[in-house]
Amino acid sequence: MTERARLVLMLAPTVALLAGLFLGGLALAALRTVGIVPLAGRFDPTAEPWARALGAPDVLASIGVTLWIASAATLVATVLGLAAALLLRRAGGGRLMTLLVQFNLTVPHVVTAVGLLWLLGQSGWIARIGHGAGLIDRPADFPVLVADPAFVAVILAYVAKEVPFVAVVTLAMLAAVGTGPAETARSLGASRWQAFRHVTWPLIRPGVLAAATVVFAFVLGTYEVPAVLGPSHPKALPVLAYQMFTSNDLADRPAAIALSLVAAAIGVACLMAVRRLMSGLPTLKVAR
Amino acid sequence: MSAVDLAATKPADVAARTGRTGIRARTARIATGALIALLLLPFVPVLLWSVTRGWFYPAILPPALDLAAWGVVGSPESGIPAAVLRSVGIALGATVLSMLIGVPAGRALGLHAFPGRRWVEALVLAPLVVPPLAVAMGLHAVFLRLGLAGTATGVMIVHLIPTLPYVVLVSASVFSRFDPRVEDQARTLGASRLQVLRHVTVPMLAPGLAVAALFAFLVSWSQYGLTLLVGGGQVPTMPLILNQYVTAGRSDVAAAIALLTVLPGLVALVLSARILARASRRDGEGGR
Repeated sequence: MTERARLVLMLAPTVALLAGLFLGGLALAALRTVGIVPLAGRFDPTAEPWARALGAPDVLASIGVTLWIASAATLVATVLGLAAALLLRRAGGGRLMTLLVQFNLTVPHVVTAVGLLWLLGQSGWIARIGHGAGLIDRPADFPVLVADPAFVAVILAYVAKEVPFVAVVTLAMLAAVGTGPAETARSLGASRWQAFRHVTWPLIRPGVLAAATVVFAFVLGTYEVPAVLGPSHPKALPVLAYQMFTSNDLADRPAAIALSLVAAAIGVACLMAVRRLMSGLPTLKVAR
Repeated sequence: MSAVDLAATKPADVAARTGRTGIRARTARIATGALIALLLLPFVPVLLWSVTRGWFYPAILPPALDLAAWGVVGSPESGIPAAVLRSVGIALGATVLSMLIGVPAGRALGLHAFPGRRWVEALVLAPLVVPPLAVAMGLHAVFLRLGLAGTATGVMIVHLIPTLPYVVLVSASVFSRFDPRVEDQARTLGASRLQVLRHVTVPMLAPGLAVAALFAFLVSWSQYGLTLLVGGGQVPTMPLILNQYVTAGRSDVAAAIALLTVLPGLVALVLSARILARASRRDGEGGR
């Protein structure tokens, strides 16, 4: 077998499956929103689903809050994740500490969301501690953090989940860069901060930003966290899209798909940003 | 502070800067510990709820030990044992299929440069960045027609969209550190293709590929949105059934389910840390 044929054989199943399921699903979704359903042989081009999606009550508010959740969660998770990685390195990162930081990475999002519901709710664990400390009297005295208009609990759930992700990526980047460049800078008289700011940070920045972009795109499309912790008005985009998809009015279905395509389009832009960022990284280049 | 630091010419505000950034390892350990405590805080009410009932505001600690929730978890009528089996079955199926399909592609990406490589990389990365809601909605009609909507098989197939890319990416990085010339050497020394696979390739790659498989299992195990959309509520996996019990107000049972849902991740984390530590020790001895 020629080298070329072997390569094609090795790649074909993956390419076929992802092209079929992922690209195929995306294409069918897009066609459905303009009135084309190949399987049913239906072909009546229309823009009605898009008009219906964008004209539905709360849609703009929904897109707005989703972007707010994703931006806030990404910013906080990236800063804390970076800090966690640097602190772990500075602390001499024992194996137990690294494992504990990684733990949240393995926890399904819905579990973290439920944990935060019981932690931050008005009769939750922190409110009870507040009562015990004499700070509040009744649950209503505790600030509304769950199902609140600012999506505080939703954002914190993503932060808890994604800080370890950013930290793990940053640690991998730091390990790839090694201590050499920073030590050289230090021996040339740079302070610890200067060595980080001007030598280490530029080297790890693409990886950290790529991780942040992945977090942002992920938050845009996750259903269960805002479903458990978000308010009923306005809804996060995935929750609104799912509700429209399963509504009794079948005409809502293509409109729901149009809404989820908005999230997918932002995701595609994120994908291109990640690809650009990663093209500068040595770790992903082919070995030979 | 080293002599080099003192001798170097620095901006005027450097004393303040080194003061701020010259964190000692002890301080870093305390800060890391505090961050870990914050990250793990949501699990405190989960743990407490799993061993009590009727735990009302403002009690900070449960009034009494009550293991009734675990009785519910174990009873067939609750549907929870079936959900455990269903989740394990779906995740195992998705893992085996993604390994069979994805590892060869990982090998191609890890070891070879070829035309169109960029496109294959983008296709593999896309499902991890682009929110999958629209994809699942697009596939829904096809799955309905094929009789896959609302079945565990359909859910398993759609889980391949996120699990396969993880397997391809992790195995690509495993193969990029693998020198295929050892296979040729074994062949030259008279080993058959099968013997090379059995005695050379698999033992060298097994640790990394085991981690890829653990990843795939966890990714499928944690899915929520895809399961909900394609399963249409008829394939209640652990994450879904957890939310059902939360909504039904059975916090104790929900907490027990949450702990069961976290368990595989914990096992996978410890296992993969062990596998990787053993592999790096062995690599060190082998002088690679």
